[in-house]
Amino acid sequence: MSAEAIHDAKSYSGVSGMQHEEPLLFEHAHEQATSINLPGVHGEIPAELSPFMRASAAGIPGLSEGEAVRHFVRLSQWNHSIETGFYPLGSCTMKYNPRVNEQAVRLPGLAHLHPDQPEDTVQGALQLLYELQEWLGEISGLPHVTLQPAAGAHGELVGIMMIRAWHDMRGDIKRRTVLVPDSAHGTNPASAALAGMNTVELKSGDNGRIDLDVLKAHLNDEVAALMLTNPNTTGMFESDIAEICRLVHDAGGLVYGDGANLNALVGVARPGDMGIDCLHINVHKTFSTPHGGGGPGAGPVAVNDKLAAFLPLPCLEKDGDSIRIIHHNDHSIGNVFGSIGQTGVLLRAAAYIAAFGRQHLHRIAEDAVLNANYMLARLKDAYHVPFPGLCKHECLLTDEWQERHGVKTLDIAKRLIDLGFHPMTVYFPLIVHGAMLIEPTESESRATIDRFCNAMLEIAKACAAGDTELLHQAPLMPIRRRLDETLAARKPVLVWPG
Amino acid sequence: MTIPTDLKYTREHEWVRQEGDTATLGISDHAQEALGDIVFVELPEIGRVVAPGDAFAVVESVKAVSDIYAPVGGEIIEVNAELESTPEKVNTDPYGAGWIAKVKTSGGSVELLDEAEYTTFLEE
Repeated sequence: MSAEAIHDAKSYSGVSGMQHEEPLLFEHAHEQATSINLPGVHGEIPAELSPFMRASAAGIPGLSEGEAVRHFVRLSQWNHSIETGFYPLGSCTMKYNPRVNEQAVRLPGLAHLHPDQPEDTVQGALQLLYELQEWLGEISGLPHVTLQPAAGAHGELVGIMMIRAWHDMRGDIKRRTVLVPDSAHGTNPASAALAGMNTVELKSGDNGRIDLDVLKAHLNDEVAALMLTNPNTTGMFESDIAEICRLVHDAGGLVYGDGANLNALVGVARPGDMGIDCLHINVHKTFSTPHGGGGPGAGPVAVNDKLAAFLPLPCLEKDGDSIRIIHHNDHSIGNVFGSIGQTGVLLRAAAYIAAFGRQHLHRIAEDAVLNANYMLARLKDAYHVPFPGLCKHECLLTDEWQERHGVKTLDIAKRLIDLGFHPMTVYFPLIVHGAMLIEPTESESRATIDRFCNAMLEIAKACAAGDTELLHQAPLMPIRRRLDETLAARKPVLVWPG
Repeated sequence: MTIPTDLKYTREHEWVRQEGDTATLGISDHAQEALGDIVFVELPEIGRVVAPGDAFAVVESVKAVSDIYAPVGGEIIEVNAELESTPEKVNTDPYGAGWIAKVKTSGGSVELLDEAEYTTFLEE
């Protein structure tokens, strides 16, 4: 039977093969049932509220509790997560989130805290958070840490605000330019702009790395900072990093490190030792806290002595055997979050680090880099590799060889879905045409990586044989076929028309 | 891929058609092809004065958001408002209905390539 025929199989429930079709809540809804009994109005509604009275019904769909639960559980079954399968999104570090992290944060002494509890009653939690600060300082080589930022990009903003404050305190107030390589994550220029800086893009060299001559040409007395990611988004280590940092420092600027790719370095090399002044750490990447659902997240920022005075408040300080929450500091950039940080997320990260310990932490980076290079070695004869040589924790391929057969990165990604895998990151970094960025992380087994490589090799083989029809039609198997991304972007329907 | 002979091009893949002191600006066929389906064009304000090489518009495709740089300096005197509702014209007719803005030139340009030079540049 063809895929279409399977898809159109007659069904009496909207379900065939227990693969649930699911209409929108509004399409489901009916007038009668509701899962909530509203209390109703007692007495008169005060006259001053009358301008706010609804003229018509709110249009909330009526559903029983059971119907509502099924709706959301069914939708969740369409989803993919690290707990359903391999999730090789490059630059995202989709590693497994160990259950021991969850066990740790569910301990009653940690799970039931209130952010405003007196510090004497939460010493255990504060002790753990303080230790985490110390660990992150040690891992990054930047000893002063704030746990406050609620996400990586928030950390970038906080970092650039501190850098700006450092220049301003020295009276160097014309430094308002932030240099950003064209391979950077899009959040870098956005964060710099939000901090009131002008961003200037640096063109990468032919090897995918920062071109020292381009950098030199852009350094002047208005440059506040260079923002870079190391290894960068092509998966390559910036081998000139020491020279890059020296040049920026000599020109009076600071170096901001985007810690998105810290997984390649953790326990092996330290950004602070490379000359980086300030680094955010994506704990949902490097330290296995859940990525899910857009939050809550945490993006601690680590800085060297130059920037320590500007760290946000409140911060934690050791006072004998106790940890104190400090609310005042002359030069701090102030409050950037409602409390000391996203405690639940941060404690999961602490659990991950503790599980490895100082002795074994380097295994994270070593296995992540080994896995990526194993993958690169298996795929490099089937797919074009734009920057040859060893990669770090992710490998970068392109569709250059497949494009000759009319097959593009998007087709390859969609076909992977049919073959049982979530696709890799596609069309990023922007500087590489038809990019496919694959990051296996340390948590995948060789067997899983082999199965993924086999799927990739099958696609390349079909393509080389001119057998491209399936590739253009893919995906054939999932509940939704290829979506019209262009129409969705040009004419999005964001509001239920009824 | 088409590269009309009567236009000049930049290394950033914009084109410019100079007629008297008015220059019409857009992106090349190669650029629209590389970007993929274009879903949004952010047009400059009329009256804005741009220097050669300034980012004056933004083109968003399903793959990426890209700044468009002014090949020549001058004052923006007209924009292609049609692109607000039909950005796909940049894909279907990059040198015609997909033009982005017109500039009253007042001196200065980035390095401009003719058709032959741009063809060679693309082949490199």
